[in-house]
Amino acid sequence: MCLAIPAQIETMNEHDRATVVLDGSRTNVVLTLVPEAKIGDWVLVHAGYAITVLDEADALATYDLLRQMDAAATSEAG
Amino acid sequence: MTTGCTDICEKIHASALRLARDMGGVQIMEVCGTHTMAIARGGLRTILQPADIRLVSGPGCPVCVTDQSYIDRAVGLARNRPDIIVATYGDMVRVPGRQGSLSEARAVGARVEVVYSIQQALDLARQHADHEVVFLGVGFETTAPGTALAVRDARQEGLRNFSVLTAHKWVLPAMNALLAGGDVKIDAFLCPGHVSVILGYGAYDQIVRDYGRPCVVAGFDPQQVLLGVLEILDELSAGEPRAMTVYPSVSREGNARAREVLDEVFEIVDAPWRALGVIPASGMALRDEWAEFDAERRFDLPAEESYEMPGCRCGDVICGRLHPSECPLFARRCTVRDPVGPCMVSSEGACAAAFKYEMPARKR
Repeated sequence: MCLAIPAQIETMNEHDRATVVLDGSRTNVVLTLVPEAKIGDWVLVHAGYAITVLDEADALATYDLLRQMDAAATSEAG
Repeated sequence: MTTGCTDICEKIHASALRLARDMGGVQIMEVCGTHTMAIARGGLRTILQPADIRLVSGPGCPVCVTDQSYIDRAVGLARNRPDIIVATYGDMVRVPGRQGSLSEARAVGARVEVVYSIQQALDLARQHADHEVVFLGVGFETTAPGTALAVRDARQEGLRNFSVLTAHKWVLPAMNALLAGGDVKIDAFLCPGHVSVILGYGAYDQIVRDYGRPCVVAGFDPQQVLLGVLEILDELSAGEPRAMTVYPSVSREGNARAREVLDEVFEIVDAPWRALGVIPASGMALRDEWAEFDAERRFDLPAEESYEMPGCRCGDVICGRLHPSECPLFARRCTVRDPVGPCMVSSEGACAAAFKYEMPARKR
């Protein structure tokens, strides 16, 4: 339940909202907990809320791991 | 297993051989459902067992630690009040209570909606002005700030049909309770990654100071868990326990803004945990200023009693006293398809992890 995934901020909207992108898909997140975040930053998203700003290299490493885990899960399912 | 993991494993084995002699093996408790899954999926118990390192799951799965009295309250609300829509994260819906699960309540007409964010629960309240929407606030420090912010949003917007039934918890009091109880051998804690994003790894200094146990934060994949184990062994070998992180997303200070939001909306209260009983100062309840959003007060909910499902050993599993396979119901009466207790229901429960990844496929 505490899983969080990295995503990159594409646009900043009203009321602390932002659109983030991960692997081509877009979703809305709330930025209230990360007032320092700006367009282009990577954030860690948990249940619709960004909980921290990530260093880009760390974000990309995490993103690679998630892809590997996803691939492993897919091959297990198959 | 990647090359990185092989290297880490070699170092772990070298370090552990010395410790096995000095300490009679090392038992490490993780307090994070995501770690539970990574350990089972990566087969890490098998890899570490020859080095006499045992990994045990603690009270880190939010659904698993939620007391039965809460489940019964939630199911009661869903069943008895046709004007209520219960909004919940997915793992809660199949946990059985005295009147069955939320999923069974839904089958007989109750409105139970699964959401992935509390923002969707707010949307439900906006769309259904003629219904009351009750969000089940279950989860640790990672999840609770979202609940606090949603309550603030509801007030700002004048949303009068939204409330929260809160069972949010602080993880540190449970770690302390287990150490104080003393009946489970815990040589070190592998601390949760995303809870620690909020708390900061400095929060674990207290455990290091009071109990002399290493507290190492790790991320959510097997390589991170192994790195955390290696760091723990190094600290034990050097006799210098400390709080630190191998997960780069976690700072010493954590997210102070998130903790301010928690403090604004929640007060710290004594709270019931499955198997651990009432732990002082371990729960989050809405402050009096936010009482109108507190489902417990709004609907004057009756007190329900704590109990365990008959035969279910989830309580011993989440305290690290029992590996899931040692429960008499495991893989017989209790399976992922037809679970008895929450540790088999939750996708990150210790029993579900053991069932999916640590059993021969033919027995599943």
